[in-house]
Amino acid sequence: MTTTTPEVARPPLYRNVNVLKWVFQLVVFFIVLAILFWLANNYLTRSQDLGIPTSFDFLDQPTSFDITGADFSPAEPVRNAYLVGIGNTIRISAVGIVFATALGILVGIGRLSRNWVVSKLATVYVESLRNVPLLVIMTFCFLGIVLQLFPRIEDAWNIGGLIIVSNRGVSLVWFEGTTLAPLLGFFLLGLVGWWLIARWRRRVFERTGAPTRAGLLGLSFLILVMVTGWFVLGATITTPEVADRAVAGGIRVDPSYFAVLFALVIYTASHIAEITRGSIQAVPKGQGEAGSALALSGFQRLWFVVLPQAMRIAIPPIGNQYLNLIKNSSLGAAFAYFDLTLVAQITVGNGKPAVPAFVLALVFYVVLSLITSTLVNIANRYFKLVER
Amino acid sequence: MTVEIPALSRGRVAALWARKHLFRTPLDALLTVVFGGLSLYLIYRAVLFAFINGRWEIISDNLKLLMIGTWPRDHLLRVAVAVAVLGLWGGLIGGLIAGRQIRLGISASQGMSATQRISDLTRRFGLMIGTLVLLLLLTSTGGPWLMVISAVGTGLGGYWVGRYVGSFELARWTARLGLLVLAAMPLAAYFYMTAAVPLGEWEGFMFNMTSALAGIVLCFPLGVLLALGRRSKLPLLKWVSIVYIEFVRGSPLFVLLLLANVSLEFFVPPSIAPSKTIRAIVTFTLFTAAYLAEIVRGGLQSVPKGQEEAAKALGLSPTKQMFRVVLPQALRNVIPAQIGQFISLFKDTTLAGAALGILDLLTGAQAVTQQPDFVGQGLIIESLIFVAFLFWVGSFTMSRESQRLERRLGVGIR
Repeated sequence: MTTTTPEVARPPLYRNVNVLKWVFQLVVFFIVLAILFWLANNYLTRSQDLGIPTSFDFLDQPTSFDITGADFSPAEPVRNAYLVGIGNTIRISAVGIVFATALGILVGIGRLSRNWVVSKLATVYVESLRNVPLLVIMTFCFLGIVLQLFPRIEDAWNIGGLIIVSNRGVSLVWFEGTTLAPLLGFFLLGLVGWWLIARWRRRVFERTGAPTRAGLLGLSFLILVMVTGWFVLGATITTPEVADRAVAGGIRVDPSYFAVLFALVIYTASHIAEITRGSIQAVPKGQGEAGSALALSGFQRLWFVVLPQAMRIAIPPIGNQYLNLIKNSSLGAAFAYFDLTLVAQITVGNGKPAVPAFVLALVFYVVLSLITSTLVNIANRYFKLVER
Repeated sequence: MTVEIPALSRGRVAALWARKHLFRTPLDALLTVVFGGLSLYLIYRAVLFAFINGRWEIISDNLKLLMIGTWPRDHLLRVAVAVAVLGLWGGLIGGLIAGRQIRLGISASQGMSATQRISDLTRRFGLMIGTLVLLLLLTSTGGPWLMVISAVGTGLGGYWVGRYVGSFELARWTARLGLLVLAAMPLAAYFYMTAAVPLGEWEGFMFNMTSALAGIVLCFPLGVLLALGRRSKLPLLKWVSIVYIEFVRGSPLFVLLLLANVSLEFFVPPSIAPSKTIRAIVTFTLFTAAYLAEIVRGGLQSVPKGQEEAAKALGLSPTKQMFRVVLPQALRNVIPAQIGQFISLFKDTTLAGAALGILDLLTGAQAVTQQPDFVGQGLIIESLIFVAFLFWVGSFTMSRESQRLERRLGVGIR
């Protein structure tokens, strides 16, 4: 008996799926390339016609504008102005993220409060801010609140001698005698110590059942480290004072910085509150009930049982809000806050080539977004539920 | 033996409610007192401002400027006609959907009495209708009244006709012809308007609404293609789509608009020389396409694989599998997310005013405080509150409708 292998008829080339797939891909790719080439060609010829440079040489030319609130001279190259702008963008984003997260989580918990007044107030906050354009809120904060509702410097609000509020900005009690970086170093040291103490107390707890008291011990250690650092560095406190139609002492927050930050925080917090509420509701009800069965107090139930599980769900969407906040900080340029966008805008206004100047800013925003989303992904992986 | 449960008096019920919801624990009582006092004070100030202190004549004097900018008075009729045509259009579509739902027996309002229906509609759209009436009350001429009344008339007429037509199962070519007519109506209104004033000169709230609408409609082809490209197994297509989507999603719209403002004429031949409005709409379209692509991708993932396999088993070509079977379900599943994207684009149109110097609602509201009659009187608060209120009413109503739709579609439940 002989077996004959049936002859496989190879399909002709024009009906071969693999070939067709590649042909299709290449066609689309070439169309995309052609469009890009057309755009680039238009750009290059037009720039040449108008005598506008297309290179990034302008980065080495002198800036010829001043940056308020920075130690910067117009003779420095544009490169340095961009660095200052990048620093300001990161500064307002980082501060904004911290405050927006704290406020957002608080309001989100407030919405689910059993207290009728608190939950209604939180609902009104979320629903009114979420549905209004951020630029309108920011304009209101700047033109309405800071420049109009805040008093003139002569009758500035003085809150306990610690904060002075006027339409020239807000001055806060601050420290002097040292810079921020070493103090932050001590703060981080304290945090690391806290973490180590928490680990040690947990091990003790698992072995002996003694109460952990990690928060109490850790916080004391942090405070101890901070106080030590304070005296080692020789820092002193400076309080703001109104003297001669100006505020002396303390740290001054620019009107535009204050307004932009305030608007970013309250707007982003309204979104984070909504995410927090959804995440808390997504935690199975049995978890909270189990906490009650263990005789935990309301706060303990929230802090140790419900919130950790809710935050696990909330990390990816909250990370998205962080990305939005970073991108939205570019609106500060409309209120003369010297972030990257305003630096690029003024650079272009001073006759530097527009396309390279803005593309540079865009690339930086994209890189910052990618870095942030990577950090969020790492956090997400770290806190993700480990299943058997 | 029966135990008589004494009926609680009304005061007792209220006291129990207050004890449970306001004064459960000492901390709760403190919160209630502090926040309750704060809210009462804020409400008092808000009422005082809205009815006594606020100087709203800055709004009523400039209502036309804020709504439609510097649209010439001779051509106001065109706006009214266009609005009436759009009313007819919206009514027809609403009626067709309602008629179809009644025919298929899936109408939500079928079991409702007339009073129930009215209360349902008031709950859903009362805010919008109330705002419209408020705007009309601020006007000093009869034109806007006539415009709104005629638009409501054509809308109701369209609804009545649409519901009648929708209750029949139409032949294929009739349905297609009908769709063509429906698609032509807003276009006709658009061309009727641009015959008098080119798109580049549309201003005020009209700019915010039309550019948001144009952006969301025009981004569809590109957005769907990008979503398909990102899911494709073909590496070149996939990477082109991913690079585009991630680059656009990582960049701020405000910077993109600034870039478009100064450099769009570099990339296209100078003979085209787009106006500011066109630049804004092009940027909105390219920007929203990247976000829409991610939404559609989510929708494509939500369609069970069996659908595609079933289509394959029926011998449909890959293109038909996608465009006739998978994509329609995917797009339907993500309608709420699309509405969300539309809301955020609607809010983001205010950026165009700041970045490109278009006289939109926000820049208009800032400009009117500089008029000789109002300058230096600190009326920016009144005018910004008006702007915020209009955007709020639009976004809030749409987001509630989208939540309702989400529940009805039952996405995530099926």
